[in-house]
Amino acid sequence: MEKQAVDGARRAFNSGRSRPLQYRKQQLSALLRLIRERQAEIVSALKRDISRSEFDTPIFELIGIENDIKLAERNLADWMAPQPVKKTLLTITDDVYIKAEPLGVVLIIGAWNYPWSLTLRPLVGAIAAGNAAVVKPSEVSKSSASLLKELLPQYLDTEMYPVVTGGVPETQELLKQRFDHIFYTGNSTVGKLVMEAAARHLAPVTLELGGKSPCYIDKDCDIAVACRRITWGKFANCGQTCIAPDYILCHPNIQHRVIEEIRQTLLEFYGEDPKTSPDYGRIINQHHFDRLLALIEGCTVAVGGESDKSQCYITPTILKDVLPHARIMQEEIFGPVLPIVTAGDVNEVIRFINERPKPLALYVFSSNKKVVRRMLNETTSGGVLVNDVMVHYTINALPFGGVGNSGVGRYHGKHTFDQLSHHRACLIKSLAMERLNMARYPPMTPSRLRTSMFFLRSRSGSCDQALRAWAVVSSLLRYSDIIVICFG
Amino acid sequence: MPSVHYARLKYLFEMESQRQIIERLRAAFQSGVTAPLQFRLTQLKSLLSLLEDNEPQILEALQKDLAKPKFEAVLSEIDMVVNDLCYTINSLPTWIQPSYVGKNLATKLDDCFVRREPLGVVLIIGAWNYPLQLILAPLIGAIAAGNCAILKPSEISRATERLLAQLIPKYLSQECFAVICGGAEETKSLLENRFDHIFYTGSQAVARSILQAAAVHLTPVTLELGGKCPCLIYGRLDMLAAAKRLVWSKFFNAGQSCVAPDYVLCTPEMREELLPAIAKALSIFYGSQPKQSEDFSRIVTDRHWDRLMALLGKTQGRVVMGGEGSKEDKYFAPTVVVDLDGSDALMQEEIFGPIMPILTIESLEQGITFINQREKPLALYVFSDESQVVNMVLERTSSGGFCSNDGIVHMTLPGLPFGGVGASGMGSYHGRWTFETFSHRRGCMLRGWGLERISMLRYPPYTESNLSWLRWATSAKKKSWGVCSVM
Repeated sequence: MEKQAVDGARRAFNSGRSRPLQYRKQQLSALLRLIRERQAEIVSALKRDISRSEFDTPIFELIGIENDIKLAERNLADWMAPQPVKKTLLTITDDVYIKAEPLGVVLIIGAWNYPWSLTLRPLVGAIAAGNAAVVKPSEVSKSSASLLKELLPQYLDTEMYPVVTGGVPETQELLKQRFDHIFYTGNSTVGKLVMEAAARHLAPVTLELGGKSPCYIDKDCDIAVACRRITWGKFANCGQTCIAPDYILCHPNIQHRVIEEIRQTLLEFYGEDPKTSPDYGRIINQHHFDRLLALIEGCTVAVGGESDKSQCYITPTILKDVLPHARIMQEEIFGPVLPIVTAGDVNEVIRFINERPKPLALYVFSSNKKVVRRMLNETTSGGVLVNDVMVHYTINALPFGGVGNSGVGRYHGKHTFDQLSHHRACLIKSLAMERLNMARYPPMTPSRLRTSMFFLRSRSGSCDQALRAWAVVSSLLRYSDIIVICFG
Repeated sequence: MPSVHYARLKYLFEMESQRQIIERLRAAFQSGVTAPLQFRLTQLKSLLSLLEDNEPQILEALQKDLAKPKFEAVLSEIDMVVNDLCYTINSLPTWIQPSYVGKNLATKLDDCFVRREPLGVVLIIGAWNYPLQLILAPLIGAIAAGNCAILKPSEISRATERLLAQLIPKYLSQECFAVICGGAEETKSLLENRFDHIFYTGSQAVARSILQAAAVHLTPVTLELGGKCPCLIYGRLDMLAAAKRLVWSKFFNAGQSCVAPDYVLCTPEMREELLPAIAKALSIFYGSQPKQSEDFSRIVTDRHWDRLMALLGKTQGRVVMGGEGSKEDKYFAPTVVVDLDGSDALMQEEIFGPIMPILTIESLEQGITFINQREKPLALYVFSDESQVVNMVLERTSSGGFCSNDGIVHMTLPGLPFGGVGASGMGSYHGRWTFETFSHRRGCMLRGWGLERISMLRYPPYTESNLSWLRWATSAKKKSWGVCSVM
């Protein structure tokens, strides 16, 4: 069944119909209509899957997809046009450019925490780049997966963009097929398996993984605002966001204040009993619920800690004085549990972060420019945001992706188009001006070598004037060739 | 001591040394020494001196490895690297600047930019056909991007390998750059370590195992592979000029170039004109006895020579030029084979030698179909004076790079990215592209504390009206919004 879908997509791609600008725009605008017309159903599916608040869904999922589609619609003609590049003396009369071309059939494997955004945003880029795509939504977010399977064929070219649902066996079956690019969002463990499967066919991959995104709160900052922003980012979607601030690093002297500010903010956001707030979500399933409770064990709970297994509910929880080697510090939390690790100064913070795998996001709260500069210069991460959390995700001009353990490749906006295209180097020459070429042919003499080197050597500075002069000379030479042919 | 035991000890000893080297480089990287622009420029300028000071030794090594004529060695090895170095040294101060990006209404007052950051310790594995260029050109970008690097030159081009092992530590910082020599065993053990990027030039078979080793550590890779680069000759054209360029590209380095035109496709009528034109070009270039010409290279090893001879033995086609060779000096004559089809032995693998099969097609359509039935090549060539022929092939095929009416030269242009697609590779380099390959593009956003009132739109308890404001502020607008802002 999986093989059929892939074969169908390849047949569709080989027909050539996904290449013209008109087709791509048509598919993109159909996708936009899907999101707009069926928003209510998408919101319900997410409510069933993950108890997502109906207000979170547009902001966290749908707007990103819409913006990407609108950007592509507006700019696709430009993106598809050949990009001329700098010429050399020898190629002054040639056409030299880079042309973005489709790769072929792309496999998109989505995740369960933002099942629409993480599946459809790569699809937008795949369509814009002229590819076919096999879409495999996560089976963990069941309602969204089956809704996507029902809706996508109603709007898009079914053969070109088939949806394949299923669990691990179906995904493994898919991974045995040959793709021209595999786009995976999920965890590092499966990411490695995807890359290994891709290796068999020499397929390039984009892996949007995760990790522990550190959040440093400097003594010198507006702690109240910082804590409010962190609370928003940490507990939205019940902490199940790849770029959620995973843990806090701060000086022991401000730990108490941080806890109090967050506690206060939680009251403002979700009231006395978050369980009754329509804006607070649930853990996706029993497995993750149990996993999170196990992580809390052995730590000092400052706020929260209660749970309800029947609802997969865990109250917003803050842990204090967490030790670096505690279990909760060894894996990505992906839940509404916020550990605070204390650190003496910026040096210790930087060392702490650099000793660990490169994170997907790094957050720094500080009003001190020196501290900010040091954090930017002395650490690395997929992305970095100063004095807020997560919103860098909304700028589709910024490339979004990890580095090291947090991922390979990047996307959003034009970056998705680039990631899913082949940028083909093109040199269009004519057979004229053969006299110029003769310098490079054997048999070799010192003077021929000198002539060749003159033309091929790079100059130390810009040489626009020389190039212009040469353009004139070469045009004359070209005409002289014609004259020779006419009269010779 | 039994030889198995000795071999194991030797293996363990070398493994330990490799690990020590990698740890040393990692410590250097973490100390931040490679980050400053000054350091990178100094190292690049040193590399330039390495090439300028040692040209005779380099030419000698290349002559030993491949009997590479001075002309080819200077143009395709030394000068290519020197050009890239000069270009990089001049442009680096610009490349490392952060690039600022557009924002949406909600983030208008913030700083949004992309920083290029070093990856860490990278591994560069070279190949034997252009043993200097294929290992130093990636190194330029690795240094420019602020990384430490381990070079693993090909053990097949032994003289160049030894020269690099001797010269690199003399010119570049030994803390940050190291050369590790050895064969398949050493490469395998090297790949068990974690690198922040692996850059490999070579064959598809080895590339698969490199990708699998990289998957264990989630290491990004650049693979510069090969394949069979088709050369389509069709329509109206100046046959002698085309033949000269074709012969030059094919027999340069005795056909041992990843971008050499592997096979030719043309109509039977054109073939009648093409064959004498090729013969003429060959005689102009290499004389009547190419074996005596100083401008014709040799095959790299006996094993490779044997492989080529065996291919010639298995072909169903007819040898119309060349076909002879002498194993003692690894000479293999410029050879042309005709009357063969797609199932022939010569059409199953990349030839990588001075054998040019010419297959006939009835139409351009047939030629394009033939090309598309095969793996995407590293380069695709079309010779024709008719622009619609060129455009049709360009539109209907895919390849790493494309060049009309010439061969190979597209890879010498610094502005063009050089790399494959599909089975011919992933990633690209040369010029700025090498710098980008070895950099991490980190998205950065710097916000202020003010305007918390705007931020408050996004906090719970959620309301419809907040949602509409927020959607309006964060969505892309049809027209650019000019000065008016919700602030």
